[in-house]
This record gives sequence, structure tokens and C-alpha cells, in this order.
Amino acid sequence: MNFDPRFSGRKFASVGTRPIRPDGIDKVTGRARYGADFNMAGQLVGRILRSPHAHAKILKIDTSKAEKLAGVKAVITAADLPDLTDGDAAMYDVLDNCMARSKALYDGHAVAAVAAVDASTARQALKLIQVAYELLPHVTDVDEAMKHTAPLINDTIFTEGLEEKPVKPSNVTKRSQFGHGDVHQGFGHADFIVERSFKTEQTHQGYIEPHACVANVSSDGTADLWVCTQGHFVYRQHCAQLLGLEASKLRVTSSEIGGGFGGKTHVWAEPVALALSRKAGRPVKLVMTRDEVFRASGPTSATSIDVKIGARKDGTITAAEATLRYSSGPYAGTWAEIGAMTAFACYKLDNVKTVGYEVLVNRPKTAAYRAPSAPMAAFAVESAVDELAKELGMDPVEFRIKNAAQEGTRSSYGPVYGPIGIGPTLEAAKTHPHMKAPLGKNQGRGMACGFWFNFGGQTCTDLNIGMDGSVSLAVGTVDVGGSRASLSLVAAEELGIAYEQVKAVVADTSSLGYNDMTDGSRGTFSSSMATISAARNAIKILRDRAAQMWDIPVDDVVWENGHAIAKGEKYGNLAALSLKEIAAASGKTGGPIAGHSELVADGAGVSFATHICDIEVDPETGAARVIRYTVIQDAGKAVHPTYVEGQYQGGAAQGIGWALNEEYIYGKDGRLQNAGFLDYRIPVCSDLPMIDTQILEIPNPNHPYGVRGVGETSIVPPLAAIANAMSNAAGVRMTHIPMSPPRVLAAIEAEREGRA
Amino acid sequence: MAGVAVSTTINGDHVEYLCQPDETLLDVLRDRLGLTGAKEGCGTGDCGACSIILDNRLVCSCLVLGAEAEGRIVETVEGMAHGEKLHTLQQKFLEHAALQCGICTPGFLIAAKDLLAKNPDPSEEEIRFGLAGNLCRCTGYDKIVRAVQDAANVMKGA
Ligand code: FES
Ligand code: FES
Repeated sequence: MNFDPRFSGRKFASVGTRPIRPDGIDKVTGRARYGADFNMAGQLVGRILRSPHAHAKILKIDTSKAEKLAGVKAVITAADLPDLTDGDAAMYDVLDNCMARSKALYDGHAVAAVAAVDASTARQALKLIQVAYELLPHVTDVDEAMKHTAPLINDTIFTEGLEEKPVKPSNVTKRSQFGHGDVHQGFGHADFIVERSFKTEQTHQGYIEPHACVANVSSDGTADLWVCTQGHFVYRQHCAQLLGLEASKLRVTSSEIGGGFGGKTHVWAEPVALALSRKAGRPVKLVMTRDEVFRASGPTSATSIDVKIGARKDGTITAAEATLRYSSGPYAGTWAEIGAMTAFACYKLDNVKTVGYEVLVNRPKTAAYRAPSAPMAAFAVESAVDELAKELGMDPVEFRIKNAAQEGTRSSYGPVYGPIGIGPTLEAAKTHPHMKAPLGKNQGRGMACGFWFNFGGQTCTDLNIGMDGSVSLAVGTVDVGGSRASLSLVAAEELGIAYEQVKAVVADTSSLGYNDMTDGSRGTFSSSMATISAARNAIKILRDRAAQMWDIPVDDVVWENGHAIAKGEKYGNLAALSLKEIAAASGKTGGPIAGHSELVADGAGVSFATHICDIEVDPETGAARVIRYTVIQDAGKAVHPTYVEGQYQGGAAQGIGWALNEEYIYGKDGRLQNAGFLDYRIPVCSDLPMIDTQILEIPNPNHPYGVRGVGETSIVPPLAAIANAMSNAAGVRMTHIPMSPPRVLAAIEAEREGRA
Repeated sequence: MAGVAVSTTINGDHVEYLCQPDETLLDVLRDRLGLTGAKEGCGTGDCGACSIILDNRLVCSCLVLGAEAEGRIVETVEGMAHGEKLHTLQQKFLEHAALQCGICTPGFLIAAKDLLAKNPDPSEEEIRFGLAGNLCRCTGYDKIVRAVQDAANVMKGA
């Protein structure tokens, strides 16, 4: 296929407008069907029994009483999900996380499950399952877990990435390192050096819709799964592998999804639901409770990070170094590695070094959360950058502008940047009216920058033209926040027709080729590329059909504004043919007209943002409130600007919650103490101000329209922006996230005592 | 357990059902009556996704028993539009893109309807506090507040 993905400047007709989304009416009338809104005849209710212990050997599970309870149709344990992973260590971890095998590794780890005729019978049955545990010592803190004296979570793990293979097992699964130059030398040239240590607590994505699915396995080896997921093709692969099904015989349909933010990229309960259905011979619906969502799905890493940055008097950074420790739950991850890659990505540095350590703890398996790992690293780095600017007596924006990465800069994680938006977002911040607005008592302003890679990946799209000239677009990337609207705009743009003529749907796994997850901000980037390619393929056919209708060579036919036009004076008498007219005649000119596209979308185009925020701190209680917030971010090209703004605002709000309130609180017993929205408090409407946005458009050279991913970067700067505002409002440098009132108050009091 | 026979009014229609004495109204609406517009985000009264109006009062239907609906008037999101014609709030939520994933939307629409019924001309602060019982994780609330402001303006003029 000769699809050329390079950016070519053009005037847009549809892209950049703000129509109402095609799935909107169903969503405001309550008709849209989410994970838990689907039912099948004869369906059973599934429920999962979870370990109350942080770390325990499972000696015996007695399910006999539960099995005898009237209305119970199946009870399963790990024995019903045998290990079919064939040496694939990552899949084995997924399997073990779905259903504990020899050990329970965290409070909330699944150990057994039941399917019963109704919810109350299922609940009763869980109580009748007897599990004999032998308690083991546990560790939930990332720094504690790294100590030699810490209880070992998995004694087959030896730290990877060390020069010499260690002789003893450890909770550190991997060390990774990035950078270039010589930091030792760089610090030697510095006039000022800031060195600080930071901690961030574990947070949850907090999607309002709990994980939910309906599984139906037939005795002939075929199966159906209805599920809320960010990637139904990936779920199909994982479930098929774990259940020993052929992938093509498992049809996975993605429901409307009630938020994911990375948390719905992993299978949790779906293999369990399938195993229950297989055993019971009936469909099984499994919906997590909120308590289960917190205890057993999601969270991010908790981190501990040391940062050192040095600069000359003139404000040039001479060296930057960071050591980042990220918890990954009880299974190996690559979270610190990602954090280490992103940490200094905003800056042009001659000497930079970052080292990441992945650390096992007795907490739920870490999952991606919007720009995973980047917010914590940015919190540490951007706080230190602000401190350094203060020591230098420089304006924090000017200091960053002076050191910002540019086109041609070798990034701290390796690649050389193309055209990027860090400089422009900083320049926009500098001149933004927010920067000059007056501040009141106990108020302070802070700013910070953020970076995210953005992903591309495997994408498959079908564009079918109906006989009436309407266009149906089947995409395989789940719509997490309006992408059906954006992709319809793109199809309309390329074909030269009205947005209303296009209807986009998310196709199930049996109707379309493989697609990667909607993650890494790839949904609109990669599916729009595939949509453009599919539309161009359809246009080739449309031109060919027009040529047939006119009986002229196809090379004389061009496509303009939704019409085939016969080029040249000799065709002066041929009136342009609309897409509709060509479609109407398609039965006589060669049959249905469609364009397909299968591609790997490369060159997602990195994304940068600068945020400005004002907070007010109550010095008596330590409570902080965000009173004004501005997001400035590069979108490459905003396909549907309203939804781009929505991504900016949503990410900022999540970052604000993370910065000020949200954290997993574990007791000494290793149990999660706040597994509910009452005690794990996400921002509500009255906690926040309006969130202003400014969209910059620095075209991505690797996309025909210049599109970059926009979904994630907005959660990266808020932690540091608020910490920097806190330092200006209350005179305290907070190094521990969240900056909850007790922590802030303690810092204010320590500062007062220090001064007295 | 013996079922409880309940006779009630939902979105203007007379409805009768049998439910268990410990069954929530949310479960009755969703699982027995097929009204899945109200969502369960938490089951503990903390997220507002299950919001309905019961005798002119905004409640979390996960905290109400199905049996308690006896003889009362229930309004859910399914009753907001009239035929093809959307309620002004629904229209404004669409125009302002006040939803991303949309799972919180039915709850917000019901809460906003109740708010505007009691206070047709709310300030931004009154809207923010009036909707503080509903969680949205996607939008940062900005566009929700603007949609409600716009709807209030239109509805005042009507
Ligand atoms: S489900 Fe009722 S308040 Fe959350
Ligand atoms: S739109 Fe997703 S929770 Fe509100």
C-alpha cells in the first residue's frame, strides 16, 4: 500500500469544527449500554472471593459447602484456570493476578469465585468457602521493600539490569538507566545545585464505572464476551490464551466504557467470568463492587525519587540526575523505566542520567494511569527546577525557556526531537493574562511543564459506502471520550462530504482486524491515520467507478469536495458526479464501494504542556484550594477542539486530586483502609474552578493532518504546578504527595518553629 | 425470602413489581425493570451515578429500598425527554460536550434538573455545590457547569 502518512498543509473543512458527537443522544437519555447494562437469557451472577491478607500462603480451599448451597451453579479456584501460559512470564503474572495460585499477594487478591442464580445466593456462597491461610510477613512501602531485610515477595526474582547477576533474590525486579554526557563533570561546572528527595503515594484511576462483563462459553468451544475495556482485541488475546480458546472463536464486544484512564487495559475478572461460564454452562455476569475496584484493580505506583540539578549563574543547566523507585505491586513492571525516560524530557541537557528501580510490594498489580509514571517524575523534577530558579534569582518561566528542548535536541531518553511544543507552551504561558493576575492573601502561583511520548501502533479500519451515499466507519479503537466524533470528522474531511453523512462505530473482534488498545493517547492519532488511508482507498474506487460511468480513463478523474470531476476541456460537458450518485450506481459498476486500511501508525509525535495554577492555603488547617487553573498544550492539530479541551481539563482535574487529596492508605496489617469514594476522595464540582485551556497546534510531521495524541499529558504537570504554588502561597516546599491538610499544616508549623 | 409487592409511579407510568425486602431501588430499576439509565458507581451513596428523583427529592437510588417506592413518584433519566424532544439540560449537555465517557451523565442530569427546579437562577458557586454529590472523573466539571448555566438561562426565558 502506498499510503503516505506525512503531514501536508491543507485548509480544513470538517476537521477543527465542533459538532455534536454521534453517540451523544444515547448517553443523555440513558440508552447507552455500558459494561453492566447488558444481560443474557439465563445469565448467572458471578462473584469473587478475595484474600483479606496482604501476604499469605494458601494451604487449602474447601468449596464443598458452597457447592451444596441451592442456587450455586459453579465454584472455581486456580485449579479451574490451569497454567497454559507456556513460559510467558508476563502472562503468568496476569493469570496469577486473576486468581491466586499458591500465595495471596495483596489484600484483595482473588482466591475463588462463584456463579449463582442471584446476587444474594452468590454472596452467601462466598461466605461458605473456607480458605486456610498461613500468614507471611508483608511489605507495602516502596523504600521498605528495597531493604535487604524486607520480606521477599517472590524468591525467584533476581534484579535484572545490574552489571553482575545478583546472588540473592530481591524485591527489585529491574534496574534501568537512561541519559548521556557525564553528570559528574556537569555538576563540577555548576554554580548552584539543588538536591532533594520526593515521595508520592499510590492513587487510583477512579473511573466511575466498575469493571463489568458478561461471559458466555458454549460447549462447542466458541465464546462471547461483552465487556467495558480500552482494548477488546487485546482482551480477546489474553482471555483466549488463559482459557485455552482459539482467538477467532472468542468474540469480544466492547461496551460503552465509563472511564478507563489506563485501568481498563488489563484483564482482571474477565477470565474468571469465562471460566465460571464454562463450568456452569450458562452465561455469567460479573460486576466488581467499588470496594473491589480499589482493592484489586488499577492503582498507580507509589514512588520515591531523588533529584539533583545543577546550573551556572547565567541559568544554563549543566547536569541533571535522578534516581526513581516505583512500586509495581507484586508483579514485575516497567513503571520506573518509563518514569526514568520521561523525567527530564522537557529539557536540553548535555549531561543527564536517570536510574529506575522496579519494586515489588504487597499491593495490587500496578496498572497504567494516564501518562503512566510521568506525573511523579515531573513532580520531583519540576519542583527541583523551581527551587533552582529561586536560588538563581530567575523567573521560573524564563529559566525553563532558557533550558527547554528544541527541534534537534537529543532527548534525555535517547531520540532526537522533531518539531516540538515545549518552547511554544512556555512562551504562551509567559504572555498569558493568568500570569499577571493579582493574588490575594495566602494565595500563590505556580507553574510546571509536562511531557508524554504518545503511542501509535497497530490499527485496522473499514470504511463502507452505502448505496444511499452514507458512510459507515468501523474502527477497532475503543471510544473513551469522543473519538467517534473525531473520526467521523476525519472521514468527512477526506471524502469531502458532510459530518452527518458519516456514522462511526466500534466494531467487535470478529468484524475487524486486530487493533491495539486505546492507550498512550493513540485512539484519535492512529485511527484517524487509518481512516484517512481507508478513505483514500475508497476514493480510488470512487474515481474508477466514475470513469466507468463516463467511459473515460480513470487518470482523467480527480476527487474534489466530495465529487468526481473529469479533468480537462474535452470533458466540459460532463457534470461532476457526487459520492451519492456514484454510490447509487455501484450495483452496476462493480458492486459495493469500500476502503480498508491496515497499518502500524508510527511517529505519534511527542506532546508537551505547561500549566499555571493559583492556590489559596488556609494557614490554620493546611487545606489548599485551587482558585485558578490554566492548561496550555500542543495538540498538533485539534480534530474536535471541544473534546481536546475536555482532555486537557479532565487530566488537570485528576492531577489536582492526586496533588491534594488522593492516596491509598494501608494499615500496619497491610490492608487497604480507604477502599471507597468516601475515604478516597476524588475532586468534586465544588472543589474546582473553571479550567482554562489554550490549544497550540504544532503539526506532527508524521500524520497527514499533523495530529498528535492529546489525552494524557495534561495529568503530568499539576502535581508540581501545585507544589510550586504551595511554596509561593505558604512558604513551604512540599516533597510528599498528596499535599493533604495534615501534611501541609505540619510543614507550615515546622517552618514557623524553624523561624522562631 | 418472600417478595414484596410494590405499586408505584415511574416517569409517569403506573408500575408494579415484586422485589426482595433487602433489594435496592437501583437494583429494581436496573435488573427488574430494565431501566439501566441510573448507574451503580459505588453502591454506598458516594458517587451520585444512581441519582433519581423520589417525590420531588433528589436521592441516591442505591440507598433506597425497592420496597420504599410503594405509592411514591419516581423520576429517572429515561423520563427526561419527551418523545424526540430532549430536555433543555440534555440538549445543553450535548452542545457543551459536558460528557466524555458519559457514565456520570444520567446522575448529573437528574441532579441538575432537581437543582434548577429549586433554584432556577443559580450562581456558579450554587451550581458547584448543588452538584457536589455527583462524581465525574473525565471532565473536570468545567463543561458540566457551563452546560447547566446555559440551560438555566434558556429555561428562565422559556
Ligand atoms: S451508586 Fe449510588 S451513589 Fe454511587
Ligand atoms: S463523563 Fe466520565 S465520569 Fe463524567
